[in-house]
Amino acid sequence: MGLFILRRIGVMILTALCMTFVVFFLTNLYPKLETLAKTQGNARMTDAQVASWIERNGYSGPMILRYGQWLGVVPGWTRVDAETGDLTGRCIERTATAEEALNAPTFCGVFQGDLGYSTVSDDEVSSVIGGRLLLTLKLMAWAFGVMVPSALVVGVLAGMREGSRLDRSLSTFSIASTATPEYVSGVIFIVLFASSTSGISPWLAEMGWIDGRTLFLGSARSAMEDITFWNFTLPVMTIALYGMGYIARMTRASMAEVMTAQYIRTARLKGVSFRNIVLKHALRNALIAPFTVIMLQFPWLLTGVVIVETLFNYNGFGWTLVQAASNNDIELLLACSIVAVLVVLITQLISDIGYVFLNPRIRIS
Amino acid sequence: MELLTWSGAMGGFLNPILLVAVVAFALAFAANFVLTLAGIQPGEMQINPDHTLTLQRTPSDYALMAMKYAVLLAVACCCAYVIGGLVMPSADARGIIGGMASRLLPVWIGLVVVFAVSITFKRRLGLYGKLFDSPIGMVGFALVMFWVFAALFADMVATHGAIDVFSQMRNEVPGSPVPVAREDAYPYYLLGGDNLGRDVFSRMIYGARDVLQITPVATLFAFMVGVTLGLPAGYFGGKLDTSITFIANLALAFPVILLFFLLVTPEIVAAGIPQYMSLVLFIFPIVFFVVLFNSRFHTQPMKRNLFVAITLVVGGISYLSLISDASNQDLPLIFRLWPEALDLFDVPGNILIVFVSVVFVNSPTVFRIVRGIVLDIKTRDYVAAGQTRGEGPWYIMLWEILPNARGPLIVDFCLRIGYTTILLGTLGFFGLGVSPESPDWGSTINEGRRLLTIYPHPAIPPALALMSLVLGLNLLADGLREESLKD
Repeated sequence: MGLFILRRIGVMILTALCMTFVVFFLTNLYPKLETLAKTQGNARMTDAQVASWIERNGYSGPMILRYGQWLGVVPGWTRVDAETGDLTGRCIERTATAEEALNAPTFCGVFQGDLGYSTVSDDEVSSVIGGRLLLTLKLMAWAFGVMVPSALVVGVLAGMREGSRLDRSLSTFSIASTATPEYVSGVIFIVLFASSTSGISPWLAEMGWIDGRTLFLGSARSAMEDITFWNFTLPVMTIALYGMGYIARMTRASMAEVMTAQYIRTARLKGVSFRNIVLKHALRNALIAPFTVIMLQFPWLLTGVVIVETLFNYNGFGWTLVQAASNNDIELLLACSIVAVLVVLITQLISDIGYVFLNPRIRIS
Repeated sequence: MELLTWSGAMGGFLNPILLVAVVAFALAFAANFVLTLAGIQPGEMQINPDHTLTLQRTPSDYALMAMKYAVLLAVACCCAYVIGGLVMPSADARGIIGGMASRLLPVWIGLVVVFAVSITFKRRLGLYGKLFDSPIGMVGFALVMFWVFAALFADMVATHGAIDVFSQMRNEVPGSPVPVAREDAYPYYLLGGDNLGRDVFSRMIYGARDVLQITPVATLFAFMVGVTLGLPAGYFGGKLDTSITFIANLALAFPVILLFFLLVTPEIVAAGIPQYMSLVLFIFPIVFFVVLFNSRFHTQPMKRNLFVAITLVVGGISYLSLISDASNQDLPLIFRLWPEALDLFDVPGNILIVFVSVVFVNSPTVFRIVRGIVLDIKTRDYVAAGQTRGEGPWYIMLWEILPNARGPLIVDFCLRIGYTTILLGTLGFFGLGVSPESPDWGSTINEGRRLLTIYPHPAIPPALALMSLVLGLNLLADGLREESLKD
């Protein structure tokens, strides 16, 4: 077991290195640096000026060395300006005095906890991303809290009597929910519940059943300070709906399989009531397979979070990713991708290990 | 001219009926729910001592019956709207729904023909014919074919061009009349105008064409890549399997959205990355077909040479035309070597990158599915028999294992087209899509969402269109799975 976990972690670290290198490569391609030079310096720079800007700011040199610097395993670049004699370098603060510059550390990269400087927010990346992550964590926690229990209930109800009317209607519902991506359900929810001109809000307002003009708020901006039912329902529902169908279908399949097992038939013949069969005998075994699926939903949720945060104007991690990508904020985008990659890999690891723990048949063999 | 109503002249008669149907359904549903909670089961068949059967009806049965008839009534109403739209003489009387129905006439004809022919000959059509035994599969197939025909006949269905602008029609509500500037133009914007004054209905129809041009082909390419790599990985195993699986897992672990933001940007296109990726990805179909024919006709060299030569020439020329673009001076030299005269077509960089990234996202999953199936099938007796007969490994993979894996692969193909449609929509939603002017659904939703709470009408039609197409594909896959399991 220990060896298994060690090997999984080894593969995970290798994967993380490969993936961050790919991201680093794609964000540091020459045309990207050119755009960066033009936004940082002057939009009308000539090609020679761009080249010298890139040289001056340490973006030249072999890609693999720069990746090493970013990781913090290769000494950060330093450069003495030919005219002024100032020392600049990767690890030297822009506002540093000459003395501070000389005493700057040699290595500064991800391993040293230095994520770099966000050019758009004009701040350290680590201080930008921390608060944003917390906001997204809240959104994800709520979405998971809604999605997983309801999906499990739908799946178990559908799977306990395969082929019944209940099964067919719940299965159709899950198929429909997997066919509704976040940007479709979000738009429909906003029109139905959060528009003052259409949907049910004007009608409810006329009847005097709601205080404000709309039932829910179509923007989650205010939820960043204070989460209320009014401003946070729609984003959470939008994320939960798309992921729910998939988990529900997996649960249903697993439940239906368990219900045909020999020991369920034995319990039935013994005269155990149907309710007890489902709750005491079938449920626990039926939930092993969905566990993996639920853990693997995290990476999917990431896409959902990016869409929903953009749609509902919630300035969390996903919103930051979009901003970083569209404004060519290289270091911020790299930091975002580390987070994304880590989320994916850690959930994979947990799902692998958890599956082995939950399923004794695998542990023995 | 006046604003069109939704249901036109039929409204006065049909709308109350539809309302009754909906209310009846809701009441019956609630009643059924309450009855089930109260523990009243639907009546069961009883065998009497004199061998007759008795079926006792409980309140629950009546509730279910009411639900059934309410649904039938609502469906009948919808059909009446469509037929009414076709027979009503004037646009006023047709209303918006009838107007759309009459524009969609080629689609209805196509659907009726396809269903009539397929149901007549369903016993001779194999798995496709069996689809018509499953109601869910039929509904899914109808939804998919609706959009396929809408895309095919888009020029006849659409009322205006995808980028025709009437500046007075900005954000006008559905059914607004068009100012009579151009005589030949359709006199109404059936689903209103978007924020630039373009017709929402026409853009939705042309969007179907854009979406259906890219997604099935991209899925097919992803399948070629996945199959070509998955078969040997599963069959040979060992180091080959380990390394390909590692790369596939690497690609799978990338959050899709991050990959899109990294790949689909103008700078990446300028660096020639899509060209390099297509250089790798598009070689797989050629390899697939060459190996396919080579292994099949290995014992008949003449025939083998003919087929392989045709594949190489046709595939090679299209491959080189696809990846190279001699006129584009920004590209690296290797993409400009192929002479312009033989360059049959050039794919614009931004379409190519969308296509390539969608293929790239899908192929690792296909690889895993194929590999899993091969690992299962290769232990079967008929594979052992083939090996004993002295069949080569590639023959066994492509002509023994692959045909037996077709069931799950066809089902996954349908699901995957749906997923690809969602991915394409995601790209469009973030403004990374095909082109800013493009009517594809994702981009249209993105444009419509800015004024969503004030003007909901431009964003809703493409959203519903995308949902119905994906739903159709999922239902179709479900029907196919059910029917292929019955074999």
